[in-house]
Amino acid sequence: MNKWKKIEESFFKFLMLITTYSIISVLLIILLTILYKGLPSLSFEMLTQIPKDGYYFGREGGILNAITGSLYLSLGATFLSLIIGLPVALFMNVHLVKCSKIVNSIRFILDLLWGVPSIVYGAFGFSVMILIGLKTSLLAGIITMTLLILPIMIRAIDEVLRTVPIGLYESALSLGSTRSETAFKIFFRQCIPGIVTAILLSFGRAIGDAASVLFTTGYTDYIPRSIMEPAATLPLSIFFQLGSPVPEVKGRAYASALILTIIILLISILARILTSKFNKK
Amino acid sequence: MLLCTIFIILLLTGITAGLLIKSWHIIEKIPLSELLFSDDWRPLSGKFGFLPFIISSVWVTMVALLLAIPACLLTAIYLTQYAHRRLLRIMRPVIDILAGIPSVVYGLWGVLVIVPLVSHFLVPLFGGTQNTGYCIFSGAIVLAVMIIPFIINILIEIFKAIPEELTEASLSLGATHWETIKYVILRKAWPGIISAFGLGLSRAFGETMAVLMVVGNVIKIPTGIFQPGYPLPALIANNYGEMLSIDIYDSALMFAALLLFIIVLIFNMLSRLIIIKLEVT
Repeated sequence: MNKWKKIEESFFKFLMLITTYSIISVLLIILLTILYKGLPSLSFEMLTQIPKDGYYFGREGGILNAITGSLYLSLGATFLSLIIGLPVALFMNVHLVKCSKIVNSIRFILDLLWGVPSIVYGAFGFSVMILIGLKTSLLAGIITMTLLILPIMIRAIDEVLRTVPIGLYESALSLGSTRSETAFKIFFRQCIPGIVTAILLSFGRAIGDAASVLFTTGYTDYIPRSIMEPAATLPLSIFFQLGSPVPEVKGRAYASALILTIIILLISILARILTSKFNKK
Repeated sequence: MLLCTIFIILLLTGITAGLLIKSWHIIEKIPLSELLFSDDWRPLSGKFGFLPFIISSVWVTMVALLLAIPACLLTAIYLTQYAHRRLLRIMRPVIDILAGIPSVVYGLWGVLVIVPLVSHFLVPLFGGTQNTGYCIFSGAIVLAVMIIPFIINILIEIFKAIPEELTEASLSLGATHWETIKYVILRKAWPGIISAFGLGLSRAFGETMAVLMVVGNVIKIPTGIFQPGYPLPALIANNYGEMLSIDIYDSALMFAALLLFIIVLIFNMLSRLIIIKLEVT
């Protein structure tokens, strides 16, 4: 009996070790596959040029249109969602600090919104776009993307604001500041590193998502010059190039995926450094 | 601030209303039972049976979940109960990065690694005949890898929330570590585990790009896991270009989005409610 107990425990421990290490190895395999396939086609030209004539048949050019498009889109959406999201998070944690029931239901709604698939946001954004008479453009994409990352932004900031001790809030009020002053001057300053992490998190989500902007941003070979023009995005350019039968174009799809992965990794590392700094303080 | 908060709360109802209005056109024309349970999909002659897409979605999601459940449980238990702090320090960024990789990159990885693996290795292993590898099972593997980090994160939180006195009491009564996990921790965390997988399920159900790239996209009710399928999100994403030409087609795709939205929302809501209840008690 005792022997079986031990055997059972070591058997399951063995299984656990296998699954844990296979998760690490899956990540390594993914990164190595992208690196191995993408590196040969990656060139300086790809980063600095827009697609030229016959690019999609394997001729010269780069994906600068997609890189700038993605950056414009994600920066715009992140900025917009910060402007809407920060006041909401502050409002929840400063003005509503006494009514935890309301705050909890808002959190519940935000969590539900976070779970809505991006393709649904895409379809919704598309109908809104038609409703207000917009064409496929950078602006429509930014609006859709903002809706998608808004719940992430608010919940991430909210989690940081929750850690602010109640004593700080009370002493700020007792010194005669209004609630809004407390929110924007005390809470905001206290949580800047956490808020920056929230921004990075939303930005990472925005730059990697394809399904939500599939309908709304359109696709173009040029760098958008105004927000009313359509724009290309990195994930979509990977998707379209991968569908090509020409090997050179496929290679560029791998290289574009490598670029996107590197951007995501950089954001992730940056966020990690910031969080560890924040925690030390 | 209040305005922004109200905007957020209205967003959820706004999406529901928007999709409902858009898809009303088709719900009016074709009875709901035919939409949901007919497998006749011929948009040009006005036949819209969503059954192949619904069944495909259910297959892909279920197989992905079956693959993810043991891996997530074992890893989460290992990380919270046995693992050395050094391993934890490695695993945290690994999980974060896995969760942050864009779905297009996962799709690309699926096309490069999983599809050939299934086609050349797994299908012959199970006595199948020639297969392209673009099938339900490939989609499920990619999906499983995508939702594993997401589920593990929730599971770790849930296991951490179990009071230490419980495990200590069990250990001091002479139970081994594994027995404690089996009879105390798993039993205590049971509702939380269910809800973690509920959240994973809804994440998997709505995932678009990665699945779309490897699942084959053939409109037919799949009868086995090595057959191609055509999940709901892929249907929406693939046909966005054509949908404007036929009025009712547009409405049909919006109905697909509505369906997706409702299913995901229900699973999310139930899971979140269980988690909230757990936190209170």
